[in-house]
Amino acid sequence: MYAFNYHRPDSVSAAAAILAKGGDAKLLAGGQTLIPAMKLRLASPGEIIDLGRVSELTGISTEGKVLVIGAMTPHAMVAGSPAVKSAVPALAELAHMIGDPAVRARGTIGGSIANNDPAADYPAACLGLGATIVTNKQEIAADAFFKGIFETALGDGEIITKVKFPAPEKAAYAKFPNPASRFALVGVFIAKTGSGVRVAVTGAGSNGVFRVPALEAALAKSFTPEAIAGVKVGSDGLNSDIHADAAYRAHLIGVMAKRAVAAAH
Amino acid sequence: MPAVGMTVNGKKVQANVEARTLLVQFLRDHLRLTGTHVGCDTSQCGACVVHLDGQAIKSCTIFALSCEAAQITTIEGLANGEQLHPMQEAFREHHGLQCGFCTPGMIMTAVDMANRLGGGLDEATIRDELEGNICRCTGYHNIVKAIAAGARAMHGQAKAAE
Repeated sequence: MYAFNYHRPDSVSAAAAILAKGGDAKLLAGGQTLIPAMKLRLASPGEIIDLGRVSELTGISTEGKVLVIGAMTPHAMVAGSPAVKSAVPALAELAHMIGDPAVRARGTIGGSIANNDPAADYPAACLGLGATIVTNKQEIAADAFFKGIFETALGDGEIITKVKFPAPEKAAYAKFPNPASRFALVGVFIAKTGSGVRVAVTGAGSNGVFRVPALEAALAKSFTPEAIAGVKVGSDGLNSDIHADAAYRAHLIGVMAKRAVAAAH
Repeated sequence: MPAVGMTVNGKKVQANVEARTLLVQFLRDHLRLTGTHVGCDTSQCGACVVHLDGQAIKSCTIFALSCEAAQITTIEGLANGEQLHPMQEAFREHHGLQCGFCTPGMIMTAVDMANRLGGGLDEATIRDELEGNICRCTGYHNIVKAIAAGARAMHGQAKAAE
Protein backbone atom coordinates (compact mmCIF):
# COMPACT_ATOMS: atom_id res chain seq x y z
CA MET A 1 0.00 0.00 0.00
CA TYR A 2 1.30 3.46 -0.88
CA ALA A 3 1.67 6.10 1.85
CA PHE A 4 -1.02 8.74 2.34
CA ASN A 5 -1.95 11.56 4.69
CA TYR A 6 -4.65 10.69 7.22
CA HIS A 7 -7.44 12.99 8.35
CA ARG A 8 -10.15 12.30 10.90
CA PRO A 9 -12.73 15.12 10.87
CA ASP A 10 -15.62 15.11 13.32
CA SER A 11 -18.28 16.69 11.11
CA VAL A 12 -19.52 16.48 7.52
CA SER A 13 -18.59 20.11 6.92
CA ALA A 14 -15.04 19.53 8.17
CA ALA A 15 -14.75 16.47 5.91
CA ALA A 16 -16.09 18.46 2.97
CA ALA A 17 -13.53 21.20 3.63
CA ILE A 18 -10.65 18.70 3.43
CA LEU A 19 -12.18 17.10 0.34
CA ALA A 20 -12.44 20.54 -1.31
CA LYS A 21 -8.67 20.99 -1.10
CA GLY A 22 -8.29 18.22 -3.67
CA GLY A 23 -4.98 16.35 -3.51
CA ASP A 24 -6.47 13.07 -4.65
CA ALA A 25 -8.50 12.62 -1.46
CA LYS A 26 -10.73 9.62 -0.75
CA LEU A 27 -13.38 9.22 1.92
CA LEU A 28 -12.89 6.20 4.19
CA ALA A 29 -16.15 4.73 5.49
CA GLY A 30 -15.98 1.13 6.77
CA GLY A 31 -12.94 0.42 4.61
CA GLN A 32 -13.99 -3.11 3.70
CA THR A 33 -13.52 -2.39 -0.01
CA LEU A 34 -11.23 0.64 -0.05
CA ILE A 35 -8.50 -0.85 2.18
CA PRO A 36 -8.23 -4.11 0.16
CA ALA A 37 -8.21 -1.98 -3.03
CA MET A 38 -5.37 0.13 -1.60
CA LYS A 39 -3.40 -2.99 -0.68
CA LEU A 40 -3.69 -4.14 -4.28
CA ARG A 41 -2.72 -0.61 -5.43
CA LEU A 42 -5.97 -0.42 -7.38
CA ALA A 43 -6.50 2.75 -5.35
CA SER A 44 -3.70 5.01 -4.17
CA PRO A 45 -5.25 8.15 -2.67
CA GLY A 46 -2.92 10.87 -1.42
CA GLU A 47 -5.30 11.84 1.36
CA ILE A 48 -7.57 9.57 3.40
CA ILE A 49 -10.50 11.24 5.13
CA ASP A 50 -11.74 8.83 7.80
CA LEU A 51 -15.45 9.39 8.47
CA GLY A 52 -15.38 7.07 11.50
CA ARG A 53 -15.72 9.92 13.99
CA VAL A 54 -18.48 11.83 12.17
CA SER A 55 -21.20 10.70 14.56
CA GLU A 56 -23.97 12.60 12.75
CA LEU A 57 -23.65 10.07 9.90
CA THR A 58 -24.58 6.99 11.95
CA GLY A 59 -28.09 6.06 12.98
CA ILE A 60 -31.49 4.78 11.93
CA SER A 61 -34.79 6.61 12.28
CA THR A 62 -38.24 6.66 10.72
CA GLU A 63 -40.00 9.76 9.44
CA GLY A 64 -43.61 8.69 8.92
CA LYS A 65 -43.49 5.90 6.31
CA VAL A 66 -39.88 6.64 5.38
CA LEU A 67 -36.92 4.79 6.85
CA VAL A 68 -33.81 6.98 7.15
CA ILE A 69 -30.40 5.34 7.48
CA GLY A 70 -27.23 7.35 8.09
CA ALA A 71 -24.44 6.80 5.57
CA MET A 72 -21.98 5.45 8.17
CA THR A 73 -24.45 2.95 9.64
CA PRO A 74 -22.81 -0.48 9.53
CA HIS A 75 -24.54 -3.48 7.95
CA ALA A 76 -24.76 -5.27 11.32
CA MET A 77 -26.74 -2.37 12.78
CA VAL A 78 -29.17 -2.36 9.83
CA ALA A 79 -29.55 -6.15 10.04
CA GLY A 80 -30.38 -6.01 13.75
CA SER A 81 -32.46 -2.84 13.87
CA PRO A 82 -36.07 -3.19 15.12
CA ALA A 83 -36.98 -0.04 13.13
CA VAL A 84 -35.66 -1.57 9.88
CA LYS A 85 -37.25 -4.95 10.60
CA SER A 86 -40.60 -3.29 11.11
CA ALA A 87 -40.52 -0.77 8.21
CA VAL A 88 -38.60 -2.73 5.54
CA PRO A 89 -37.79 -6.24 6.79
CA ALA A 90 -36.33 -7.15 3.38
CA LEU A 91 -33.63 -4.53 3.94
CA ALA A 92 -32.60 -6.03 7.29
CA GLU A 93 -32.45 -9.45 5.62
CA LEU A 94 -30.33 -8.08 2.76
CA ALA A 95 -27.90 -6.44 5.20
CA HIS A 96 -27.49 -9.78 6.99
CA MET A 97 -26.48 -11.42 3.67
CA ILE A 98 -23.52 -9.09 3.08
CA GLY A 99 -20.05 -10.52 3.66
CA ASP A 100 -19.51 -12.08 7.09
CA PRO A 101 -20.10 -10.89 10.68
CA ALA A 102 -16.76 -9.05 10.97
CA VAL A 103 -17.27 -7.32 7.63
CA ARG A 104 -20.84 -6.40 8.61
CA ALA A 105 -19.51 -4.82 11.80
CA ARG A 106 -17.42 -2.35 9.77
CA GLY A 107 -18.92 -2.02 6.27
CA THR A 108 -21.42 0.80 5.79
CA ILE A 109 -24.40 1.52 3.57
CA GLY A 110 -22.93 4.82 2.36
CA GLY A 111 -19.64 3.20 1.48
CA SER A 112 -21.38 0.42 -0.41
CA ILE A 113 -23.51 2.66 -2.61
CA ALA A 114 -20.78 5.28 -3.18
CA ASN A 115 -18.55 2.47 -4.43
CA ASN A 116 -21.35 0.94 -6.54
CA ASP A 117 -19.68 -2.41 -7.01
CA PRO A 118 -21.65 -4.20 -9.77
CA ALA A 119 -22.20 -7.18 -7.44
CA ALA A 120 -22.97 -5.24 -4.25
CA ASP A 121 -26.29 -5.82 -2.49
CA TYR A 122 -27.33 -2.35 -1.33
CA PRO A 123 -27.62 -0.81 -4.82
CA ALA A 124 -30.36 -3.38 -5.57
CA ALA A 125 -32.24 -2.33 -2.41
CA CYS A 126 -31.90 1.38 -3.22
CA LEU A 127 -33.09 0.94 -6.79
CA GLY A 128 -35.73 -1.65 -5.89
CA LEU A 129 -37.26 0.47 -3.14
CA GLY A 130 -36.96 3.76 -5.04
CA ALA A 131 -34.72 5.22 -2.33
CA THR A 132 -33.43 8.76 -2.22
CA ILE A 133 -29.72 9.29 -1.63
CA VAL A 134 -29.10 12.43 0.42
CA THR A 135 -25.74 14.18 0.18
CA ASN A 136 -24.25 17.30 1.71
CA LYS A 137 -25.33 19.10 -1.47
CA GLN A 138 -28.54 17.57 -2.82
CA GLU A 139 -31.01 14.68 -2.87
CA ILE A 140 -30.65 12.16 -5.69
CA ALA A 141 -33.25 9.56 -6.68
CA ALA A 142 -31.80 6.04 -6.86
CA ASP A 143 -32.97 5.87 -10.50
CA ALA A 144 -30.52 8.68 -11.31
CA PHE A 145 -27.77 7.72 -8.85
CA PHE A 146 -26.28 4.48 -10.18
CA LYS A 147 -24.51 5.37 -13.42
CA GLY A 148 -22.61 2.20 -14.25
CA ILE A 149 -19.90 0.01 -12.78
CA PHE A 150 -18.25 1.91 -9.90
CA GLU A 151 -19.89 5.08 -11.27
CA THR A 152 -22.45 7.22 -9.46
CA ALA A 153 -24.02 10.66 -9.80
CA LEU A 154 -21.85 11.93 -6.93
CA GLY A 155 -19.89 15.03 -7.90
CA ASP A 156 -16.54 16.29 -6.63
CA GLY A 157 -16.64 17.12 -2.94
CA GLU A 158 -19.99 15.42 -2.46
CA ILE A 159 -20.54 13.21 0.61
CA ILE A 160 -23.49 10.85 1.11
CA THR A 161 -25.09 11.66 4.45
CA LYS A 162 -28.11 9.35 4.51
CA VAL A 163 -30.43 7.19 2.48
CA LYS A 164 -34.22 7.47 2.65
CA PHE A 165 -36.24 4.34 1.93
CA PRO A 166 -40.01 4.65 1.48
CA ALA A 167 -41.61 1.64 3.21
CA PRO A 168 -43.12 -0.70 0.58
CA GLU A 169 -46.28 -2.77 0.93
CA LYS A 170 -44.07 -5.81 0.69
CA ALA A 171 -40.59 -6.61 -0.53
CA ALA A 172 -37.89 -9.28 -0.60
CA TYR A 173 -34.35 -9.81 -1.80
CA ALA A 174 -33.29 -13.13 -3.30
CA LYS A 175 -29.58 -13.63 -3.80
CA PHE A 176 -27.65 -16.36 -5.57
CA PRO A 177 -24.21 -15.93 -4.03
CA ASN A 178 -20.98 -16.87 -5.69
CA PRO A 179 -20.00 -19.94 -3.64
CA ALA A 180 -16.49 -18.59 -2.98
CA SER A 181 -16.81 -14.82 -2.58
CA ARG A 182 -20.48 -14.74 -1.53
CA PHE A 183 -20.92 -11.70 -3.76
CA ALA A 184 -24.15 -11.80 -5.74
CA LEU A 185 -23.85 -13.79 -8.96
CA VAL A 186 -27.40 -12.54 -9.31
CA GLY A 187 -29.42 -10.70 -6.69
CA VAL A 188 -33.01 -9.60 -7.28
CA PHE A 189 -34.78 -7.06 -5.07
CA ILE A 190 -38.54 -6.80 -5.61
CA ALA A 191 -40.81 -4.25 -3.95
CA LYS A 192 -44.57 -3.81 -4.24
CA THR A 193 -45.32 -0.17 -3.56
CA GLY A 194 -48.35 2.09 -3.75
CA SER A 195 -47.16 3.31 -7.14
CA GLY A 196 -46.34 -0.04 -8.70
CA VAL A 197 -43.82 -2.86 -8.61
CA ARG A 198 -40.06 -2.33 -8.84
CA VAL A 199 -37.57 -5.06 -9.74
CA ALA A 200 -33.85 -4.33 -9.39
CA VAL A 201 -31.06 -6.73 -10.32
CA THR A 202 -27.47 -6.69 -9.07
CA GLY A 203 -24.51 -8.91 -9.94
CA ALA A 204 -25.65 -9.59 -13.47
CA GLY A 205 -25.49 -6.40 -15.51
CA SER A 206 -22.33 -5.34 -17.34
CA ASN A 207 -23.36 -1.78 -16.51
CA GLY A 208 -24.18 -2.40 -12.84
CA VAL A 209 -27.55 -2.54 -11.10
CA PHE A 210 -30.63 -2.23 -13.35
CA ARG A 211 -34.43 -2.55 -13.41
CA VAL A 212 -36.40 -5.11 -15.42
CA PRO A 213 -39.52 -3.44 -16.90
CA ALA A 214 -40.96 -6.70 -18.28
CA LEU A 215 -40.98 -8.32 -14.83
CA GLU A 216 -42.36 -5.13 -13.24
CA ALA A 217 -45.26 -5.00 -15.74
CA ALA A 218 -46.17 -8.65 -15.22
CA LEU A 219 -46.02 -8.34 -11.43
CA ALA A 220 -48.10 -5.15 -11.48
CA LYS A 221 -50.93 -7.20 -13.01
CA SER A 222 -50.51 -10.08 -10.56
CA PHE A 223 -47.95 -10.16 -7.77
CA THR A 224 -47.36 -13.91 -7.90
CA PRO A 225 -44.46 -16.14 -8.97
CA GLU A 226 -46.76 -17.64 -11.65
CA ALA A 227 -47.24 -14.21 -13.26
CA ILE A 228 -43.57 -14.09 -14.25
CA ALA A 229 -43.09 -17.76 -15.07
CA GLY A 230 -43.51 -16.99 -18.77
CA VAL A 231 -41.51 -13.75 -18.87
CA LYS A 232 -38.26 -14.23 -20.73
CA VAL A 233 -35.33 -12.17 -19.45
CA GLY A 234 -32.86 -11.50 -22.25
CA SER A 235 -29.12 -11.97 -21.84
CA ASP A 236 -28.14 -8.79 -23.70
CA GLY A 237 -25.95 -6.59 -21.53
CA LEU A 238 -25.36 -9.27 -18.91
CA ASN A 239 -21.94 -10.35 -17.66
CA SER A 240 -20.16 -13.45 -18.82
CA ASP A 241 -17.19 -14.56 -16.76
CA ILE A 242 -15.63 -17.70 -15.29
CA HIS A 243 -18.44 -17.91 -12.73
CA ALA A 244 -21.42 -17.79 -15.07
CA ASP A 245 -22.20 -16.82 -18.65
CA ALA A 246 -24.82 -14.26 -19.65
CA ALA A 247 -27.45 -16.87 -20.53
CA TYR A 248 -27.10 -18.52 -17.12
CA ARG A 249 -27.33 -15.16 -15.37
CA ALA A 250 -30.47 -14.32 -17.39
CA HIS A 251 -31.99 -17.63 -16.28
CA LEU A 252 -31.03 -16.93 -12.65
CA ILE A 253 -32.75 -13.52 -12.77
CA GLY A 254 -36.04 -15.28 -13.50
CA VAL A 255 -35.47 -17.89 -10.78
CA MET A 256 -34.42 -15.34 -8.15
CA ALA A 257 -37.32 -13.05 -9.10
CA LYS A 258 -39.82 -15.85 -8.52
CA ARG A 259 -38.22 -16.64 -5.16
CA ALA A 260 -38.32 -12.97 -4.16
CA VAL A 261 -41.99 -12.64 -5.04
CA ALA A 262 -42.82 -15.80 -3.09
CA ALA A 263 -40.84 -14.54 -0.07
CA ALA A 264 -42.07 -10.93 -0.17
CA HIS A 265 -43.55 -9.71 3.10
CA MET B 1 4.54 10.11 11.87
CA PRO B 2 1.10 10.49 13.45
CA ALA B 3 0.58 9.31 17.02
CA VAL B 4 -2.02 6.75 17.98
CA GLY B 5 -3.23 5.63 21.39
CA MET B 6 -5.59 2.83 22.32
CA THR B 7 -6.20 0.28 25.05
CA VAL B 8 -5.09 -3.22 24.14
CA ASN B 9 -6.04 -6.06 26.48
CA GLY B 10 -6.64 -3.54 29.24
CA LYS B 11 -3.27 -1.78 28.84
CA LYS B 12 -2.95 1.73 27.43
CA VAL B 13 -0.53 1.84 24.51
CA GLN B 14 0.78 4.71 22.45
CA ALA B 15 3.04 4.88 19.39
CA ASN B 16 3.90 6.88 16.35
CA VAL B 17 3.01 4.95 13.23
CA GLU B 18 2.84 5.48 9.50
CA ALA B 19 -0.74 6.28 8.48
CA ARG B 20 -0.90 3.14 6.33
CA THR B 21 -0.18 0.87 9.31
CA LEU B 22 -2.95 -1.69 9.64
CA LEU B 23 -4.21 -2.60 13.10
CA VAL B 24 -2.83 -6.12 12.69
CA GLN B 25 0.64 -4.73 11.89
CA PHE B 26 0.43 -2.46 14.91
CA LEU B 27 -0.50 -5.39 17.15
CA ARG B 28 2.10 -7.78 15.77
CA ASP B 29 5.04 -5.56 14.83
CA HIS B 30 4.79 -2.74 17.36
CA LEU B 31 3.27 -4.49 20.37
CA ARG B 32 4.69 -7.95 19.60
CA LEU B 33 1.28 -9.50 20.17
CA THR B 34 1.78 -12.18 17.56
CA GLY B 35 -1.20 -14.31 18.54
CA THR B 36 -3.27 -12.39 16.00
CA HIS B 37 -2.37 -13.93 12.65
CA VAL B 38 -2.26 -12.69 9.07
CA GLY B 39 -3.63 -15.40 6.83
CA CYS B 40 -4.89 -14.01 3.56
CA ASP B 41 -4.48 -10.25 4.08
CA THR B 42 -7.60 -9.78 1.92
CA SER B 43 -10.31 -9.87 4.64
CA GLN B 44 -11.44 -13.36 3.69
CA CYS B 45 -9.88 -15.78 6.15
CA GLY B 46 -10.50 -14.32 9.62
CA ALA B 47 -7.14 -15.33 11.14
CA CYS B 48 -6.73 -11.67 12.17
CA VAL B 49 -10.05 -11.24 13.99
CA VAL B 50 -9.83 -9.15 17.17
CA HIS B 51 -12.46 -7.25 19.13
CA LEU B 52 -12.80 -3.50 18.62
CA ASP B 53 -14.95 -2.00 21.36
CA GLY B 54 -16.45 -5.45 21.91
CA GLN B 55 -17.15 -6.27 18.26
CA ALA B 56 -15.31 -8.84 16.14
CA ILE B 57 -13.53 -7.17 13.23
CA LYS B 58 -10.77 -8.07 10.79
CA SER B 59 -7.64 -6.29 11.96
CA CYS B 60 -6.07 -6.55 8.49
CA THR B 61 -8.81 -4.30 7.11
CA ILE B 62 -8.66 -1.30 9.42
CA PHE B 63 -5.98 1.31 9.97
CA ALA B 64 -4.40 1.55 13.41
CA LEU B 65 -5.16 5.28 13.34
CA SER B 66 -8.89 4.52 13.00
CA CYS B 67 -8.67 2.76 16.39
CA GLU B 68 -7.64 5.89 18.29
CA ALA B 69 -9.02 5.69 21.86
CA ALA B 70 -10.61 2.28 21.17
CA GLN B 71 -10.63 -0.82 23.36
CA ILE B 72 -8.97 -3.73 21.56
CA THR B 73 -9.01 -7.31 22.77
CA THR B 74 -6.76 -9.90 21.15
CA ILE B 75 -6.40 -13.63 21.77
CA GLU B 76 -3.73 -12.78 24.37
CA GLY B 77 -6.33 -10.86 26.36
CA LEU B 78 -8.85 -13.67 26.85
CA ALA B 79 -7.28 -15.89 29.50
CA ASN B 80 -7.32 -14.90 33.14
CA GLY B 81 -3.71 -15.63 34.07
CA GLU B 82 -3.26 -19.38 33.85
CA GLN B 83 -6.99 -19.95 33.57
CA LEU B 84 -8.14 -20.23 29.97
CA HIS B 85 -11.25 -18.42 28.76
CA PRO B 86 -14.20 -20.89 28.53
CA MET B 87 -14.04 -20.69 24.71
CA GLN B 88 -10.30 -21.50 24.71
CA GLU B 89 -10.97 -24.37 27.11
CA ALA B 90 -13.73 -25.67 24.82
CA PHE B 91 -11.40 -25.61 21.80
CA ARG B 92 -8.87 -27.64 23.80
CA GLU B 93 -11.47 -30.05 25.14
CA HIS B 94 -13.04 -30.69 21.72
CA HIS B 95 -9.78 -30.50 19.77
CA GLY B 96 -11.14 -27.59 17.72
CA LEU B 97 -7.88 -27.20 15.84
CA GLN B 98 -5.42 -29.06 13.70
CA CYS B 99 -2.48 -26.88 12.70
CA GLY B 100 -3.77 -24.04 14.90
CA PHE B 101 -3.12 -21.17 12.51
CA CYS B 102 -6.77 -20.11 12.24
CA THR B 103 -7.49 -20.76 15.93
CA PRO B 104 -6.97 -17.26 17.38
CA GLY B 105 -9.38 -15.77 14.83
CA MET B 106 -11.82 -18.66 15.28
CA ILE B 107 -11.88 -18.13 19.03
CA MET B 108 -12.28 -14.35 18.80
CA THR B 109 -15.15 -14.82 16.33
CA ALA B 110 -16.67 -17.49 18.57
CA VAL B 111 -16.56 -15.29 21.67
CA ASP B 112 -18.23 -12.45 19.75
CA MET B 113 -20.84 -14.91 18.45
CA ALA B 114 -21.68 -16.15 21.96
CA ASN B 115 -21.74 -12.56 23.27
CA ARG B 116 -24.25 -11.51 20.61
CA LEU B 117 -26.38 -14.62 20.25
CA GLY B 118 -26.24 -16.29 23.65
CA GLY B 119 -25.31 -19.74 24.90
CA GLY B 120 -27.74 -21.87 22.91
CA LEU B 121 -26.07 -21.84 19.49
CA ASP B 122 -27.21 -24.52 17.04
CA GLU B 123 -24.97 -25.96 14.37
CA ALA B 124 -26.58 -24.04 11.48
CA THR B 125 -26.13 -20.72 13.28
CA ILE B 126 -22.51 -21.45 14.13
CA ARG B 127 -21.68 -22.45 10.55
CA ASP B 128 -23.43 -19.37 9.18
CA GLU B 129 -21.59 -17.12 11.62
CA LEU B 130 -18.26 -18.72 10.66
CA GLU B 131 -18.66 -17.42 7.10
CA GLY B 132 -15.64 -15.16 7.53
CA ASN B 133 -13.25 -17.65 9.17
CA ILE B 134 -11.45 -20.19 7.08
CA CYS B 135 -9.70 -23.32 8.39
CA ARG B 136 -7.46 -24.71 5.67
CA CYS B 137 -7.10 -27.98 7.56
CA THR B 138 -10.90 -28.07 7.12
CA GLY B 139 -11.36 -29.08 10.74
CA TYR B 140 -14.75 -27.48 10.94
CA HIS B 141 -16.60 -30.32 12.70
CA ASN B 142 -14.65 -29.99 15.91
CA ILE B 143 -14.57 -26.19 15.67
CA VAL B 144 -18.36 -26.14 15.51
CA LYS B 145 -18.58 -28.55 18.47
CA ALA B 146 -16.11 -26.47 20.45
CA ILE B 147 -18.02 -23.23 19.79
CA ALA B 148 -21.33 -24.80 20.87
CA ALA B 149 -19.73 -26.03 24.09
CA GLY B 150 -17.80 -22.80 24.67
CA ALA B 151 -20.91 -20.69 24.22
CA ARG B 152 -22.77 -22.86 26.73
CA ALA B 153 -19.90 -22.54 29.20
CA MET B 154 -19.71 -18.76 28.73
CA HIS B 155 -23.35 -18.48 29.58
CA GLY B 156 -23.07 -20.82 32.54
CA GLN B 157 -25.13 -23.63 31.06
CA ALA B 158 -24.16 -27.13 32.10
CA LYS B 159 -23.89 -29.76 29.41
CA ALA B 160 -26.79 -31.68 30.94
CA ALA B 161 -29.04 -28.72 30.21
CA GLU B 162 -28.82 -29.27 26.43
